[in-house]
Amino acid sequence: MTFKYNSVYINGTSTITGPYEAKGPFNKYYDKSYNNFYCGTKTWEQAESKMLVESVDTVLSKVMKIKSEVDLHISGDLLNQIVSTNYASATIGIPLIGIYSACSTSVLGLILASNMLNVGQIKNCVVSVSSHNNSSEKQFRQPVEYGGPKRKTATFTVTGAASAYLSNKKSPIKVESATIGKVIDLGVTDPYHMGAAMAPSAASTIYNHLKDTGRDISYYDLVLTGDLGVYGKKILSEYLRVEYHIDLKNYDDSACMIYDLDNQPVFAGGSGPACLPLVAYSYIFEKMKRKEIRRVLLVATGALLSPTMTNQKLSIPSVSHAISLEVNDDLS
Amino acid sequence: MDKNKYKVLVDKYTPKENRLYNGLIAFTVGGLMGMLGQFLVSFYSYYLEIPSKEASVFMIVTLVFLGCFLTCLGFFDKLVSLARCGLIIPITGFAHSMMSAALEYKREGLVTGIGANIFKLAGTVIMFGVVSAYLFGLLRIVVMGG
Repeated sequence: MTFKYNSVYINGTSTITGPYEAKGPFNKYYDKSYNNFYCGTKTWEQAESKMLVESVDTVLSKVMKIKSEVDLHISGDLLNQIVSTNYASATIGIPLIGIYSACSTSVLGLILASNMLNVGQIKNCVVSVSSHNNSSEKQFRQPVEYGGPKRKTATFTVTGAASAYLSNKKSPIKVESATIGKVIDLGVTDPYHMGAAMAPSAASTIYNHLKDTGRDISYYDLVLTGDLGVYGKKILSEYLRVEYHIDLKNYDDSACMIYDLDNQPVFAGGSGPACLPLVAYSYIFEKMKRKEIRRVLLVATGALLSPTMTNQKLSIPSVSHAISLEVNDDLS
Repeated sequence: MDKNKYKVLVDKYTPKENRLYNGLIAFTVGGLMGMLGQFLVSFYSYYLEIPSKEASVFMIVTLVFLGCFLTCLGFFDKLVSLARCGLIIPITGFAHSMMSAALEYKREGLVTGIGANIFKLAGTVIMFGVVSAYLFGLLRIVVMGG
């Protein structure tokens, strides 16, 4: 399903990160980075919530709005019952739609907000997302201090929170169209190889987006997938070529960009809902504002992983959502 | 693309783990742990003048303490990711698995946090340890008569 938008713009963004991201290549673009995993709180879950609150505060101060002027907050995270979002929202106090779509939450939030803005149901909206390495490890894997050996294909959940403020007011970044993806399961059962589980859904969403809009892949200056990692990125390129005859050229994956893969212990790269927006809202948006790239397709990839279902020997379904952003020259 | 064909594609781009290298590391580190254990047994039985059976209990207590202590200091997990099964299989791994779970859940209370989760990883070892001990004990009675 693809939507077209007439006048939806991203007016401001904010990025708050943890210690590992601060040592990555985009450190200078982030609004704030913490040097430890607790961020001044007592637990990792509370730290994640705190970062989410700060990211909303930061974006609102950038666009010079106060909370009571914001119609809607759409937010999500990885934890059970999306607790980071719910507890953060109790502090933030903007009407909330809490969503869960694993690591594709960021783009799903942007799509929901854009749809409502496009038909005039709301005047403005803040879309947020957060993830935390240790709280995710605790929930999905083993105790953090256990440090069991991992395979090369494993990914490292990003610690951070990112928010975007959307409205009908013109800004340099325009939301042009978006595609909601289908849940796809091609039988990958390995929770340490989520790039392989997610690649088919990314391919399907990219194909459907191009089909619905009648475009060629070369229309985009950059196709940026969420968190496929080093190996998932290669799998997607070949899968798209074999299955859909699409040749990815201007393509990158934010999991491979957010960390210094050679010097940081992050295996195949980053992952988590905050991975894509931390790269997109910082480095990519900066490039768009400088007009180095004009058309970007963000494809957030989500592995719908559940330890319960993995233990029941079921494979991992995945879903990807895509949003097309363009540089807008007409600011009048 | 069907699942089997996709699996072939995934396997093509999945790096192979170096099992021989990992095995050698685990073998060497595990062997060194065994040497350390034996040294402790000899040390205790010589200096405390106790039988080696009692000294081996002292040795276990020492290694469990070391495992827990290094976990609490926060770098045993880094040693584990380097030495892999060389540190997980010996008694140090058992202590480490309990201590790491306890640390993880300490904020969720003594009973509902630490109490309920400390055996999260080690529980399996205890369960199958007891079952196999029972079976082998039974086998010993049947074959050797006690």
